[in-house]
Amino acid sequence: MNAMTDRTADLTTPGDRRAAGPLEVPADRSWMERHGRTLWISLARLGLLVLALALWQLASGRLVDPLFISRPSEIGTQLRSWLSDGTLTSNTWLTVQEILLGFALGASSGLVAGFFLAIVKVLGDVLDPYMIAFYSIPKVALAPLFIIWFGIDIKMKVLLSAATVFFLVYLNTAAGVRSVDRGLIDAVRLMGGSRRQMIVKVLVPGAMPGVITGLRVGVPYALIGAVVGELVASNRGLGYLMLDSASQFNTAGVFAALVVITIIAGILNLGVNLLQRRSSRWQARPGE
Amino acid sequence: MMTAVLRVVDLEKSFLKGDKRVVALQGLNLDVEEGTFLTVLGRSGCGKSTMLNMMAGLLSPTSGRIEFRGRPVTGPNRDLAYLTQHDTLMPWRDLQHNIEMPLEVRGVGRAERAAVASELIERVGLGGFEKHYPRELSGGMRRRAGLARMLSAQPDTYLLDEPFGALDAQLRAELQADLLRLWYGSGKTVVFITHDLEEALLLGDRLIVLGPVGRVLLDQRIDLPRPRDLDQIRLEPNFVKLHKVTADALRAGSVQREEGAA
Repeated sequence: MNAMTDRTADLTTPGDRRAAGPLEVPADRSWMERHGRTLWISLARLGLLVLALALWQLASGRLVDPLFISRPSEIGTQLRSWLSDGTLTSNTWLTVQEILLGFALGASSGLVAGFFLAIVKVLGDVLDPYMIAFYSIPKVALAPLFIIWFGIDIKMKVLLSAATVFFLVYLNTAAGVRSVDRGLIDAVRLMGGSRRQMIVKVLVPGAMPGVITGLRVGVPYALIGAVVGELVASNRGLGYLMLDSASQFNTAGVFAALVVITIIAGILNLGVNLLQRRSSRWQARPGE
Repeated sequence: MMTAVLRVVDLEKSFLKGDKRVVALQGLNLDVEEGTFLTVLGRSGCGKSTMLNMMAGLLSPTSGRIEFRGRPVTGPNRDLAYLTQHDTLMPWRDLQHNIEMPLEVRGVGRAERAAVASELIERVGLGGFEKHYPRELSGGMRRRAGLARMLSAQPDTYLLDEPFGALDAQLRAELQADLLRLWYGSGKTVVFITHDLEEALLLGDRLIVLGPVGRVLLDQRIDLPRPRDLDQIRLEPNFVKLHKVTADALRAGSVQREEGAA
Protein backbone atom coordinates (compact mmCIF):
# COMPACT_ATOMS: atom_id res chain seq x y z
CA MET A 1 0.00 0.00 0.00
CA ASN A 2 2.90 2.25 0.84
CA ALA A 3 4.60 1.55 -2.43
CA MET A 4 1.46 2.61 -4.26
CA THR A 5 1.18 6.03 -2.68
CA ASP A 6 4.88 6.62 -3.26
CA ARG A 7 4.52 5.89 -6.92
CA THR A 8 1.48 8.12 -7.27
CA ALA A 9 3.31 10.98 -5.62
CA ASP A 10 6.28 10.42 -7.89
CA LEU A 11 4.26 11.03 -11.00
CA THR A 12 3.56 14.62 -10.19
CA THR A 13 7.05 15.62 -9.09
CA PRO A 14 9.31 17.34 -11.59
CA GLY A 15 11.98 14.69 -11.09
CA ASP A 16 9.86 12.15 -12.88
CA ARG A 17 9.45 14.35 -15.90
CA ARG A 18 13.12 14.84 -16.43
CA ALA A 19 13.56 11.12 -16.54
CA ALA A 20 11.03 10.96 -19.36
CA GLY A 21 12.92 13.02 -21.94
CA PRO A 22 16.49 13.56 -23.09
CA LEU A 23 18.67 15.78 -20.93
CA GLU A 24 19.41 19.27 -22.24
CA VAL A 25 22.53 21.10 -21.13
CA PRO A 26 23.84 24.47 -22.38
CA ALA A 27 26.70 24.00 -24.83
CA ASP A 28 29.54 26.46 -24.39
CA ARG A 29 30.57 27.43 -27.90
CA SER A 30 32.28 30.54 -29.20
CA TRP A 31 30.88 32.69 -32.02
CA MET A 32 33.33 31.20 -34.51
CA GLU A 33 32.45 27.65 -33.48
CA ARG A 34 28.80 28.33 -34.03
CA HIS A 35 28.90 30.43 -37.19
CA GLY A 36 32.32 29.57 -38.60
CA ARG A 37 31.06 27.18 -41.23
CA THR A 38 28.29 29.47 -42.43
CA LEU A 39 30.76 32.34 -42.74
CA TRP A 40 33.24 30.22 -44.61
CA ILE A 41 30.61 29.01 -47.06
CA SER A 42 29.39 32.55 -47.71
CA LEU A 43 32.92 33.77 -48.39
CA ALA A 44 33.57 30.87 -50.73
CA ARG A 45 30.37 31.66 -52.65
CA LEU A 46 31.32 35.30 -53.02
CA GLY A 47 34.85 34.34 -54.07
CA LEU A 48 33.53 32.02 -56.75
CA LEU A 49 31.32 34.77 -58.18
CA VAL A 50 34.19 37.26 -58.32
CA LEU A 51 36.44 34.67 -59.91
CA ALA A 52 33.87 33.78 -62.57
CA LEU A 53 33.29 37.46 -63.43
CA ALA A 54 37.03 38.09 -63.64
CA LEU A 55 37.57 35.09 -65.95
CA TRP A 56 34.65 36.24 -68.10
CA GLN A 57 36.07 39.74 -68.36
CA LEU A 58 39.53 38.37 -69.30
CA ALA A 59 38.29 35.78 -71.78
CA SER A 60 36.09 38.23 -73.64
CA GLY A 61 37.90 39.64 -76.68
CA ARG A 62 40.95 37.43 -76.06
CA LEU A 63 39.49 33.91 -76.28
CA VAL A 64 35.88 34.47 -77.35
CA ASP A 65 34.30 37.08 -79.57
CA PRO A 66 32.52 39.67 -77.36
CA LEU A 67 29.57 39.50 -79.76
CA PHE A 68 28.76 36.12 -78.22
CA ILE A 69 29.51 36.62 -74.56
CA SER A 70 29.80 40.40 -74.14
CA ARG A 71 31.70 41.25 -70.93
CA PRO A 72 30.71 42.11 -67.34
CA SER A 73 31.88 45.71 -67.60
CA GLU A 74 29.73 46.31 -70.68
CA ILE A 75 26.74 44.71 -69.02
CA GLY A 76 27.26 47.09 -66.09
CA THR A 77 27.39 50.05 -68.47
CA GLN A 78 24.22 48.87 -70.20
CA LEU A 79 22.41 48.51 -66.88
CA ARG A 80 23.50 52.01 -65.82
CA SER A 81 22.29 53.57 -69.05
CA TRP A 82 18.94 51.76 -68.86
CA LEU A 83 18.64 52.86 -65.28
CA SER A 84 19.33 56.50 -66.10
CA ASP A 85 16.82 56.72 -68.97
CA GLY A 86 14.09 54.89 -67.01
CA THR A 87 13.94 51.89 -69.35
CA LEU A 88 14.99 49.49 -66.64
CA THR A 89 12.55 50.62 -63.96
CA SER A 90 9.45 50.70 -66.14
CA ASN A 91 10.11 47.36 -67.82
CA THR A 92 11.13 45.62 -64.59
CA TRP A 93 8.05 46.96 -62.82
CA LEU A 94 5.83 45.60 -65.57
CA THR A 95 7.39 42.15 -65.39
CA VAL A 96 7.21 42.14 -61.59
CA GLN A 97 3.53 43.04 -61.79
CA GLU A 98 2.92 40.19 -64.22
CA ILE A 99 4.72 37.76 -61.93
CA LEU A 100 2.92 38.85 -58.78
CA LEU A 101 -0.53 39.00 -60.35
CA GLY A 102 0.01 35.73 -62.18
CA PHE A 103 1.22 34.03 -59.02
CA ALA A 104 -1.61 35.41 -56.89
CA LEU A 105 -4.25 34.40 -59.40
CA GLY A 106 -2.80 30.96 -60.13
CA ALA A 107 -2.03 30.14 -56.50
CA SER A 108 -5.40 31.22 -55.12
CA SER A 109 -7.38 29.35 -57.76
CA GLY A 110 -5.09 26.34 -57.37
CA LEU A 111 -5.64 26.37 -53.61
CA VAL A 112 -9.41 26.56 -53.89
CA ALA A 113 -9.54 23.87 -56.57
CA GLY A 114 -7.11 21.64 -54.69
CA PHE A 115 -9.09 21.72 -51.45
CA PHE A 116 -12.45 21.51 -53.15
CA LEU A 117 -11.64 18.57 -55.40
CA ALA A 118 -9.80 16.67 -52.68
CA ILE A 119 -12.72 17.11 -50.27
CA VAL A 120 -15.47 16.37 -52.79
CA LYS A 121 -13.70 13.17 -53.67
CA VAL A 122 -16.02 11.95 -56.43
CA LEU A 123 -15.55 15.14 -58.42
CA GLY A 124 -11.79 14.97 -57.90
CA ASP A 125 -11.68 11.37 -59.15
CA VAL A 126 -13.67 12.28 -62.26
CA LEU A 127 -11.55 15.31 -63.12
CA ASP A 128 -8.18 13.86 -62.21
CA PRO A 129 -7.09 12.52 -65.63
CA TYR A 130 -8.09 15.79 -67.32
CA MET A 131 -6.18 17.83 -64.79
CA ILE A 132 -3.09 15.70 -65.36
CA ALA A 133 -3.52 16.07 -69.13
CA PHE A 134 -3.76 19.87 -68.89
CA TYR A 135 -0.86 19.90 -66.48
CA SER A 136 1.25 18.01 -69.02
CA ILE A 137 0.74 20.56 -71.79
CA PRO A 138 3.78 22.85 -71.94
CA LYS A 139 2.24 26.18 -71.04
CA VAL A 140 4.31 27.92 -73.73
CA ALA A 141 2.20 26.02 -76.22
CA LEU A 142 -0.83 27.89 -74.90
CA ALA A 143 0.69 31.28 -75.71
CA PRO A 144 -0.66 31.54 -79.28
CA LEU A 145 -4.14 30.73 -78.02
CA PHE A 146 -3.82 33.23 -75.19
CA ILE A 147 -2.77 35.91 -77.68
CA ILE A 148 -5.95 35.29 -79.68
CA TRP A 149 -8.07 35.36 -76.53
CA PHE A 150 -6.48 38.14 -74.54
CA GLY A 151 -4.32 40.19 -76.92
CA ILE A 152 -0.69 40.98 -76.26
CA ASP A 153 -0.92 43.27 -73.26
CA ILE A 154 -0.31 42.46 -69.60
CA LYS A 155 -3.48 40.34 -69.31
CA MET A 156 -2.02 37.63 -71.54
CA LYS A 157 1.20 37.34 -69.51
CA VAL A 158 -0.62 37.32 -66.21
CA LEU A 159 -2.89 34.53 -67.39
CA LEU A 160 -0.07 32.50 -68.91
CA SER A 161 1.82 32.78 -65.65
CA ALA A 162 -1.33 31.95 -63.64
CA ALA A 163 -2.06 28.88 -65.78
CA THR A 164 1.39 27.52 -65.00
CA VAL A 165 1.17 28.20 -61.28
CA PHE A 166 -2.38 26.91 -60.99
CA PHE A 167 -1.58 23.31 -61.80
CA LEU A 168 1.44 23.15 -59.53
CA VAL A 169 -0.47 24.54 -56.56
CA TYR A 170 -3.57 22.51 -57.36
CA LEU A 171 -1.75 19.17 -57.61
CA ASN A 172 0.33 19.69 -54.49
CA THR A 173 -2.60 20.97 -52.44
CA ALA A 174 -4.78 18.03 -53.45
CA ALA A 175 -1.94 15.62 -52.64
CA GLY A 176 -1.52 17.38 -49.29
CA VAL A 177 -5.20 17.00 -48.42
CA ARG A 178 -5.19 13.35 -49.46
CA SER A 179 -2.13 12.63 -47.35
CA VAL A 180 -3.80 13.76 -44.13
CA ASP A 181 -3.80 10.85 -41.68
CA ARG A 182 -7.20 9.13 -41.58
CA GLY A 183 -6.75 8.68 -37.84
CA LEU A 184 -6.71 12.45 -37.30
CA ILE A 185 -9.94 12.85 -39.23
CA ASP A 186 -11.55 10.11 -37.13
CA ALA A 187 -10.22 11.81 -34.00
CA VAL A 188 -12.21 14.95 -34.77
CA ARG A 189 -15.29 12.93 -35.64
CA LEU A 190 -14.95 11.19 -32.27
CA MET A 191 -14.82 14.56 -30.55
CA GLY A 192 -18.19 15.22 -32.11
CA GLY A 193 -16.78 17.67 -34.67
CA SER A 194 -18.88 18.78 -37.63
CA ARG A 195 -17.75 18.42 -41.22
CA ARG A 196 -16.79 22.08 -41.26
CA GLN A 197 -14.69 21.65 -38.13
CA MET A 198 -13.04 18.61 -39.64
CA ILE A 199 -12.03 20.67 -42.66
CA VAL A 200 -10.90 23.75 -40.75
CA LYS A 201 -9.14 22.00 -37.88
CA VAL A 202 -7.64 18.99 -39.61
CA LEU A 203 -7.64 19.07 -43.40
CA VAL A 204 -6.42 22.65 -43.81
CA PRO A 205 -3.52 22.51 -41.34
CA GLY A 206 -2.74 18.92 -42.33
CA ALA A 207 -2.47 19.87 -45.99
CA MET A 208 -0.14 22.81 -45.27
CA PRO A 209 3.10 21.00 -46.14
CA GLY A 210 1.65 20.17 -49.57
CA VAL A 211 0.32 23.70 -50.04
CA ILE A 212 3.70 25.19 -49.21
CA THR A 213 5.48 22.82 -51.56
CA GLY A 214 3.07 23.87 -54.30
CA LEU A 215 3.63 27.56 -53.63
CA ARG A 216 7.37 27.12 -53.48
CA VAL A 217 7.54 25.20 -56.73
CA GLY A 218 5.10 27.67 -58.29
CA VAL A 219 7.11 30.84 -57.68
CA PRO A 220 9.82 30.30 -60.31
CA TYR A 221 7.14 29.18 -62.76
CA ALA A 222 5.27 32.45 -62.31
CA LEU A 223 8.44 34.16 -63.48
CA ILE A 224 8.87 31.73 -66.38
CA GLY A 225 5.27 32.23 -67.47
CA ALA A 226 5.60 36.01 -67.46
CA VAL A 227 8.93 36.11 -69.29
CA VAL A 228 7.90 33.52 -71.87
CA GLY A 229 4.73 35.51 -72.49
CA GLU A 230 6.84 38.60 -73.13
CA LEU A 231 9.19 36.71 -75.42
CA VAL A 232 6.32 35.42 -77.51
CA ALA A 233 4.57 38.72 -78.04
CA SER A 234 5.00 42.07 -76.39
CA ASN A 235 6.32 45.58 -76.64
CA ARG A 236 7.31 46.05 -73.00
CA GLY A 237 8.83 44.11 -70.09
CA LEU A 238 12.15 42.42 -69.41
CA GLY A 239 11.48 39.64 -71.92
CA TYR A 240 10.83 42.24 -74.59
CA LEU A 241 13.98 44.11 -73.59
CA MET A 242 15.95 40.91 -74.03
CA LEU A 243 14.40 40.13 -77.40
CA ASP A 244 14.85 43.70 -78.62
CA SER A 245 18.53 43.75 -77.60
CA ALA A 246 19.11 40.42 -79.33
CA SER A 247 17.58 41.66 -82.56
CA GLN A 248 20.13 44.51 -82.53
CA PHE A 249 22.99 42.13 -81.70
CA ASN A 250 23.35 43.94 -78.38
CA THR A 251 24.62 40.97 -76.34
CA ALA A 252 25.28 43.14 -73.30
CA GLY A 253 21.61 44.11 -73.32
CA VAL A 254 20.50 40.47 -73.37
CA PHE A 255 22.75 39.69 -70.43
CA ALA A 256 21.66 42.81 -68.57
CA ALA A 257 18.02 41.70 -68.80
CA LEU A 258 19.02 38.21 -67.68
CA VAL A 259 20.82 39.66 -64.66
CA VAL A 260 17.69 41.53 -63.62
CA ILE A 261 15.54 38.41 -64.10
CA THR A 262 17.99 36.39 -61.99
CA ILE A 263 17.87 38.99 -59.23
CA ILE A 264 14.05 38.89 -59.24
CA ALA A 265 14.15 35.08 -59.05
CA GLY A 266 16.56 35.27 -56.11
CA ILE A 267 14.35 37.68 -54.20
CA LEU A 268 11.27 35.53 -54.84
CA ASN A 269 13.05 32.41 -53.57
CA LEU A 270 14.14 34.26 -50.47
CA GLY A 271 10.51 35.16 -49.77
CA VAL A 272 9.41 31.57 -50.25
CA ASN A 273 12.05 30.28 -47.84
CA LEU A 274 10.89 32.72 -45.19
CA LEU A 275 7.31 31.56 -45.66
CA GLN A 276 8.38 27.95 -45.28
CA ARG A 277 10.47 28.52 -42.19
CA ARG A 278 7.64 30.29 -40.40
CA SER A 279 5.10 27.56 -40.93
CA SER A 280 7.09 24.41 -40.37
CA ARG A 281 8.00 24.31 -36.70
CA TRP A 282 5.76 21.33 -36.07
CA GLN A 283 7.27 19.35 -38.91
CA ALA A 284 10.43 17.35 -38.53
CA ARG A 285 13.33 19.05 -40.21
CA PRO A 286 15.97 17.07 -42.06
CA GLY A 287 18.51 15.63 -39.66
CA GLU A 288 16.09 15.12 -36.80
CA MET B 1 -28.81 -4.00 -9.80
CA MET B 2 -26.39 -2.39 -12.26
CA THR B 3 -27.52 -1.16 -15.63
CA ALA B 4 -25.79 -1.79 -18.93
CA VAL B 5 -24.15 1.29 -20.41
CA LEU B 6 -23.21 -0.51 -23.57
CA ARG B 7 -25.20 -3.41 -24.91
CA VAL B 8 -24.05 -5.47 -27.87
CA VAL B 9 -26.78 -7.55 -29.49
CA ASP B 10 -26.15 -10.27 -32.12
CA LEU B 11 -23.43 -8.15 -33.62
CA GLU B 12 -22.02 -9.07 -36.98
CA LYS B 13 -19.52 -7.23 -39.11
CA SER B 14 -18.10 -8.32 -42.44
CA PHE B 15 -16.01 -6.49 -44.98
CA LEU B 16 -16.06 -6.87 -48.74
CA LYS B 17 -12.72 -7.83 -50.18
CA GLY B 18 -12.90 -8.22 -53.93
CA ASP B 19 -15.76 -10.67 -54.46
CA LYS B 20 -15.32 -12.22 -51.01
CA ARG B 21 -16.97 -11.36 -47.77
CA VAL B 22 -14.60 -11.45 -44.81
CA VAL B 23 -16.39 -11.94 -41.51
CA ALA B 24 -14.66 -10.13 -38.67
CA LEU B 25 -17.30 -10.60 -36.00
CA GLN B 26 -20.31 -12.85 -35.72
CA GLY B 27 -23.03 -13.37 -33.14
CA LEU B 28 -21.44 -11.26 -30.42
CA ASN B 29 -23.55 -10.47 -27.35
CA LEU B 30 -22.20 -8.41 -24.50
CA ASP B 31 -23.45 -6.12 -21.75
CA VAL B 32 -21.09 -3.62 -20.17
CA GLU B 33 -22.28 -2.48 -16.75
CA GLU B 34 -22.04 1.07 -15.47
CA GLY B 35 -18.79 1.81 -13.68
CA THR B 36 -17.08 -1.41 -14.75
CA PHE B 37 -13.51 -1.65 -15.98
CA LEU B 38 -13.90 -4.28 -18.67
CA THR B 39 -10.81 -5.69 -20.31
CA VAL B 40 -11.12 -7.50 -23.62
CA LEU B 41 -8.33 -9.91 -24.39
CA GLY B 42 -7.76 -11.58 -27.72
CA ARG B 43 -5.12 -12.40 -30.27
CA SER B 44 -4.69 -10.09 -33.21
CA GLY B 45 -7.38 -10.54 -35.82
CA CYS B 46 -10.11 -11.67 -33.43
CA GLY B 47 -12.22 -8.61 -34.22
CA LYS B 48 -11.72 -6.74 -30.96
CA SER B 49 -10.74 -3.45 -32.61
CA THR B 50 -13.64 -3.82 -35.02
CA MET B 51 -15.95 -4.17 -32.04
CA LEU B 52 -14.52 -1.04 -30.44
CA ASN B 53 -14.78 0.94 -33.68
CA MET B 54 -18.46 0.06 -33.81
CA MET B 55 -18.98 0.99 -30.16
CA ALA B 56 -17.37 4.35 -30.92
CA GLY B 57 -19.64 4.82 -33.92
CA LEU B 58 -16.85 4.92 -36.51
CA LEU B 59 -18.13 1.76 -38.19
CA SER B 60 -21.66 0.51 -38.54
CA PRO B 61 -22.57 -3.15 -37.97
CA THR B 62 -23.47 -5.41 -40.87
CA SER B 63 -26.25 -6.80 -38.71
CA GLY B 64 -27.21 -6.71 -35.06
CA ARG B 65 -26.80 -3.54 -33.03
CA ILE B 66 -24.97 -1.71 -30.31
CA GLU B 67 -26.84 0.37 -27.78
CA PHE B 68 -25.34 3.10 -25.68
CA ARG B 69 -27.58 3.98 -22.73
CA GLY B 70 -30.52 2.36 -24.47
CA ARG B 71 -30.06 4.16 -27.79
CA PRO B 72 -28.60 2.53 -30.89
CA VAL B 73 -25.14 3.85 -31.79
CA THR B 74 -25.30 5.47 -35.22
CA GLY B 75 -22.27 7.74 -35.15
CA PRO B 76 -19.63 9.23 -32.86
CA ASN B 77 -20.98 10.25 -29.49
CA ARG B 78 -19.51 12.87 -27.18
CA ASP B 79 -20.22 10.81 -24.07
CA LEU B 80 -17.90 8.12 -25.37
CA ALA B 81 -14.20 8.85 -25.65
CA TYR B 82 -11.91 6.64 -27.66
CA LEU B 83 -8.16 6.30 -27.31
CA THR B 84 -6.87 4.55 -30.40
CA GLN B 85 -3.88 2.31 -30.81
CA HIS B 86 -1.95 4.97 -32.71
CA ASP B 87 -1.34 8.56 -31.78
CA THR B 88 -3.89 10.91 -33.18
CA LEU B 89 -2.54 14.10 -31.68
CA MET B 90 -2.59 16.91 -34.20
CA PRO B 91 1.06 17.41 -35.18
CA TRP B 92 0.53 21.14 -35.79
CA ARG B 93 -0.87 21.84 -32.34
CA ASP B 94 1.23 22.11 -29.24
CA LEU B 95 0.40 19.96 -26.23
CA GLN B 96 -1.85 22.56 -24.62
CA HIS B 97 -3.91 23.06 -27.76
CA ASN B 98 -4.15 19.36 -28.48
CA ILE B 99 -5.66 18.77 -25.08
CA GLU B 100 -8.02 21.71 -25.47
CA MET B 101 -9.25 20.41 -28.80
CA PRO B 102 -12.29 18.37 -27.70
CA LEU B 103 -13.50 21.40 -25.75
CA GLU B 104 -12.81 23.71 -28.67
CA VAL B 105 -14.88 21.47 -30.93
CA ARG B 106 -17.86 21.77 -28.62
CA GLY B 107 -17.47 25.52 -28.32
CA VAL B 108 -16.16 25.93 -24.77
CA GLY B 109 -14.68 29.40 -24.13
CA ARG B 110 -10.96 30.07 -24.29
CA ALA B 111 -10.37 30.68 -20.59
CA GLU B 112 -12.22 27.60 -19.44
CA ARG B 113 -10.47 25.46 -22.04
CA ALA B 114 -7.08 26.63 -20.90
CA ALA B 115 -7.93 25.98 -17.26
CA VAL B 116 -9.16 22.43 -17.89
CA ALA B 117 -6.17 21.60 -20.08
CA SER B 118 -3.62 22.98 -17.61
CA GLU B 119 -5.10 20.93 -14.81
CA LEU B 120 -5.07 17.76 -16.92
CA ILE B 121 -1.51 18.34 -18.08
CA GLU B 122 -0.46 18.41 -14.45
CA ARG B 123 -2.50 15.32 -13.64
CA VAL B 124 -0.83 13.23 -16.34
CA GLY B 125 2.60 14.54 -15.35
CA LEU B 126 3.38 16.65 -18.40
CA GLY B 127 3.67 20.03 -16.68
CA GLY B 128 6.26 22.22 -18.40
CA PHE B 129 5.67 20.72 -21.84
CA GLU B 130 2.62 22.82 -22.74
CA LYS B 131 4.31 24.50 -25.70
CA HIS B 132 5.88 21.36 -27.13
CA TYR B 133 4.67 19.87 -30.39
CA PRO B 134 3.92 16.13 -30.52
CA ARG B 135 7.08 15.36 -32.48
CA GLU B 136 9.07 16.94 -29.68
CA LEU B 137 7.59 14.52 -27.12
CA SER B 138 8.64 10.93 -26.47
CA GLY B 139 6.30 8.02 -27.19
CA GLY B 140 5.28 7.72 -23.54
CA MET B 141 4.62 11.43 -23.27
CA ARG B 142 2.45 11.34 -26.37
CA ARG B 143 0.41 8.52 -24.81
CA ARG B 144 -0.02 10.60 -21.67
CA ALA B 145 -1.10 13.50 -23.84
CA GLY B 146 -3.60 11.20 -25.56
CA LEU B 147 -4.99 10.21 -22.17
CA ALA B 148 -5.28 13.83 -21.13
CA ARG B 149 -7.07 14.73 -24.35
CA MET B 150 -9.49 11.89 -23.81
CA LEU B 151 -10.16 13.05 -20.26
CA SER B 152 -10.68 16.65 -21.34
CA ALA B 153 -13.73 15.59 -23.32
CA GLN B 154 -15.27 14.64 -19.94
CA PRO B 155 -17.04 11.56 -21.25
CA ASP B 156 -18.63 8.98 -19.00
CA THR B 157 -17.35 5.98 -20.94
CA TYR B 158 -13.84 5.33 -22.15
CA LEU B 159 -12.87 3.01 -24.97
CA LEU B 160 -9.17 2.16 -25.13
CA ASP B 161 -7.65 0.09 -27.91
CA GLU B 162 -4.30 -1.39 -26.90
CA PRO B 163 -3.21 2.03 -25.75
CA PHE B 164 0.11 0.93 -24.26
CA GLY B 165 0.96 -1.80 -26.75
CA ALA B 166 3.86 0.01 -28.39
CA LEU B 167 5.62 1.10 -25.19
CA ASP B 168 8.51 -0.51 -23.36
CA ALA B 169 7.65 -2.64 -20.32
CA GLN B 170 8.66 -0.06 -17.72
CA LEU B 171 6.73 2.75 -19.32
CA ARG B 172 3.73 0.52 -19.81
CA ALA B 173 3.69 -0.27 -16.09
CA GLU B 174 3.88 3.45 -15.29
CA LEU B 175 1.03 4.30 -17.61
CA GLN B 176 -1.11 1.42 -16.36
CA ALA B 177 -0.71 2.79 -12.85
CA ASP B 178 -1.54 6.28 -14.13
CA LEU B 179 -4.67 5.05 -15.83
CA LEU B 180 -5.87 3.25 -12.70
CA ARG B 181 -5.11 6.32 -10.57
CA LEU B 182 -7.06 8.57 -12.94
CA TRP B 183 -9.96 6.18 -13.21
CA TYR B 184 -10.25 4.85 -9.65
CA GLY B 185 -13.21 6.29 -7.84
CA SER B 186 -14.45 8.20 -10.90
CA GLY B 187 -17.33 5.75 -11.48
CA LYS B 188 -16.67 5.84 -15.23
CA THR B 189 -17.10 2.83 -17.48
CA VAL B 190 -14.05 1.55 -19.32
CA VAL B 191 -13.68 -0.90 -22.18
CA PHE B 192 -9.99 -1.68 -22.52
CA ILE B 193 -8.67 -3.86 -25.33
CA THR B 194 -5.36 -5.63 -25.07
CA HIS B 195 -3.48 -8.67 -26.30
CA ASP B 196 -1.44 -8.78 -23.08
CA LEU B 197 -2.87 -11.29 -20.60
CA GLU B 198 -1.24 -9.72 -17.54
CA GLU B 199 -2.41 -6.25 -18.47
CA ALA B 200 -5.96 -7.54 -18.83
CA LEU B 201 -5.88 -9.06 -15.35
CA LEU B 202 -4.08 -6.18 -13.65
CA LEU B 203 -6.49 -3.52 -14.80
CA GLY B 204 -9.94 -5.03 -15.13
CA ASP B 205 -12.95 -5.82 -12.95
CA ARG B 206 -14.16 -8.17 -15.60
CA LEU B 207 -12.27 -9.93 -18.36
CA ILE B 208 -13.57 -11.20 -21.65
CA VAL B 209 -11.49 -13.41 -23.87
CA LEU B 210 -12.44 -13.23 -27.53
CA GLY B 211 -11.68 -16.03 -29.95
CA PRO B 212 -11.94 -16.14 -33.74
CA VAL B 213 -14.76 -13.99 -35.22
CA GLY B 214 -15.37 -12.53 -31.78
CA ARG B 215 -16.64 -15.64 -30.04
CA VAL B 216 -16.57 -15.17 -26.26
CA LEU B 217 -14.23 -17.84 -24.88
CA LEU B 218 -14.26 -16.66 -21.31
CA ASP B 219 -16.21 -14.13 -19.29
CA GLN B 220 -14.52 -13.83 -15.94
CA ARG B 221 -14.94 -11.55 -12.95
CA ILE B 222 -11.59 -10.39 -11.60
CA ASP B 223 -12.11 -10.19 -7.85
CA LEU B 224 -8.83 -8.62 -6.92
CA PRO B 225 -8.86 -5.82 -4.34
CA ARG B 226 -8.70 -2.15 -5.34
CA PRO B 227 -6.82 0.15 -5.36
CA ARG B 228 -4.27 -2.19 -6.83
CA ASP B 229 -0.54 -2.14 -6.47
CA LEU B 230 0.54 -3.55 -9.78
CA ASP B 231 3.79 -4.97 -8.43
CA GLN B 232 2.27 -6.70 -5.44
CA ILE B 233 -0.83 -8.07 -7.05
CA ARG B 234 1.03 -10.43 -9.36
CA LEU B 235 2.02 -12.45 -6.29
CA GLU B 236 -1.52 -13.00 -5.01
CA PRO B 237 -2.72 -16.61 -5.25
CA ASN B 238 -5.95 -15.39 -6.80
CA PHE B 239 -4.03 -13.59 -9.57
CA VAL B 240 -2.04 -16.73 -10.32
CA LYS B 241 -5.23 -18.78 -10.49
CA LEU B 242 -6.94 -16.27 -12.84
CA HIS B 243 -3.83 -16.17 -14.97
CA LYS B 244 -4.03 -19.92 -15.48
CA VAL B 245 -7.76 -19.93 -16.27
CA THR B 246 -7.31 -17.16 -18.84
CA ALA B 247 -4.27 -18.71 -20.46
CA ASP B 248 -6.18 -21.98 -20.81
CA ALA B 249 -9.09 -20.20 -22.46
CA LEU B 250 -6.76 -18.43 -24.92
CA ARG B 251 -5.09 -21.72 -25.76
CA ALA B 252 -8.40 -23.48 -26.27
CA GLY B 253 -9.41 -20.69 -28.64
CA SER B 254 -6.33 -21.07 -30.77
CA VAL B 255 -6.73 -24.86 -30.93
CA GLN B 256 -10.27 -24.37 -32.17
CA ARG B 257 -9.05 -21.95 -34.77
CA GLU B 258 -6.51 -24.41 -36.09
CA GLU B 259 -9.12 -27.13 -36.26
CA GLY B 260 -11.44 -24.75 -38.06
CA ALA B 261 -8.75 -23.94 -40.58
CA ALA B 262 -7.89 -27.59 -41.25
